[in-house]
Amino acid sequence: MSRRWLKANALLTPTGLWLGIFLIAPLAIVVQFSFATRDTGVARAVLPWTTQAYLTALDPAFLPIFGRTLVYAVATTVACLLLGFPLAWFIARHGGRFRTVLLAAVLIPFWSSYLARIYAWKALLDGEGLVNTVLGWVGLDRDGGFLLTHGAVVLGLTYGFLPFMVLPLYVACERFDFRLVEASYDLGHGRASTFFRVVLPGVFTGVLAGSLLVLVPAAGDFVTPKLLGGVDQSTFGSVIDDQFRGGNNWPLGSAMAVLLLVLVVLVLILRGRRGEDVL
Amino acid sequence: MNRRPWALGAVAALVFLFLYAPIAWLAIASFNSSRSLSRISGLSTQWYAELAGDTRVLDSLRLTLQLALASAAISTVIGTLAAFGLRRAFPGRGLWTVLLSLPLVVPEVVMGVAMLGFFVKIAGIPLGFGALLFAHVAFSLSFVVVVVRSRVSGMDVRMEEAAADLGASPFVAFRTVTLPLVAPAVVAGAAFAFLLSFDDVVISSYLTGVGSTTLPVFVYAQASKRGISPEIVALSTLMVAATALLLIIGVVIASWRARKAGSVAQLA
Repeated sequence: MSRRWLKANALLTPTGLWLGIFLIAPLAIVVQFSFATRDTGVARAVLPWTTQAYLTALDPAFLPIFGRTLVYAVATTVACLLLGFPLAWFIARHGGRFRTVLLAAVLIPFWSSYLARIYAWKALLDGEGLVNTVLGWVGLDRDGGFLLTHGAVVLGLTYGFLPFMVLPLYVACERFDFRLVEASYDLGHGRASTFFRVVLPGVFTGVLAGSLLVLVPAAGDFVTPKLLGGVDQSTFGSVIDDQFRGGNNWPLGSAMAVLLLVLVVLVLILRGRRGEDVL
Repeated sequence: MNRRPWALGAVAALVFLFLYAPIAWLAIASFNSSRSLSRISGLSTQWYAELAGDTRVLDSLRLTLQLALASAAISTVIGTLAAFGLRRAFPGRGLWTVLLSLPLVVPEVVMGVAMLGFFVKIAGIPLGFGALLFAHVAFSLSFVVVVVRSRVSGMDVRMEEAAADLGASPFVAFRTVTLPLVAPAVVAGAAFAFLLSFDDVVISSYLTGVGSTTLPVFVYAQASKRGISPEIVALSTLMVAATALLLIIGVVIASWRARKAGSVAQLA
């Protein structure tokens, strides 16, 4: 092997070891647990091997929960794109020498406790909260406020994951040659056509990377739906959590975790090589 | 799109409003005289006073800070090495990239339960500070690599070659040319790693041991029983204020140095 290969691998070894021992090995154990038999004692998961956990996980009773989780995750990704793209583009294109400051300003709110922010939204969306009061001035208020709705969950998730969309989008926008937009206008393209045929392909790696960073983690989140959602707020993540935290059913929780991992791998394969240089 | 920057600017301003509204509300509520977060009934600084006297919160804050600093230090060092390792193409780089993107996309709950199972049943690592540190580095590392790598890959190799041509040893070239160029990204990566560790609820909640409860886990346990306490709101406000202040100081220093460099350039 060449010297370059050796050098690169030497530099990567500490990271590889750390991730191998503390991430890959645990994930492999989860796969193993998912084929074990449930044990309510200390052992949690025991022999013999069985596929019972997967049969339970794929039970139609869980379908509404999977569906809800998927809707939350997709809606969150779309909302993050709609908010994140104008922001990233604006900072990259018009930020001038304040670009770094503006980018840092996107991250500052995240230096407060995540739970405190979620509770702030809870207070703002409350029936007596600020949002409902302001909307009341123009007659758009809603009895009981906006808390405990699906919209509140998507809003909370969008708030939590927005920086993960903005950062890769910004990187892509910064690399984008803005003269192409002028060129496109000069060649007679309209705004929509310029956006879809010049801008979007140009920043597509960023869109892909950002969506990846939002979609799957949002599908696993359970704290936000728990705090902002309505009566039945179970999601994929909260079902997994229940199986482990109560010591309820480790094989079932593992099987569901494996299903989420399959989703991760599928998305990574779909991403292919295109998003690689941004992520 | 760039013919109407004001329209785009207005959208960007609205997004900033969305980002800052809850923070502003937290700051206001931290001075509330009642416990409520939704209704402001009067001004008081009692929650800040109670925060200063609450040893349970302060103890877990200290533990959380120690953990976040240790995790950020380890992830920054080995993550920066990895970012340099990925600088040039070599067979197998694609595989490394896939490995490094895993912590970014695997949901926290999956990582949490996996680590719980592994630490408790296989590795025999007791839950507590050690387990938390192993886990936090594992999920922060990739963020450091991504941030530093974006800077490293955009760097001009000729700068280092010029240093070598001028007689600098590899170490001197690295210290005087390469390091100053990547320093901003390393600092950003370290800040990212610190923040991820400092604010983590889900993964930490599986791995805390007796007497090693991190602040977010403590707050979560408390909040699910009786809502979030006003002291935590006060603490969050202080954190944001401190960060904003640091950023402002940084901007002032940077613009002062730029002006100084500009006047020197004019003299020459």
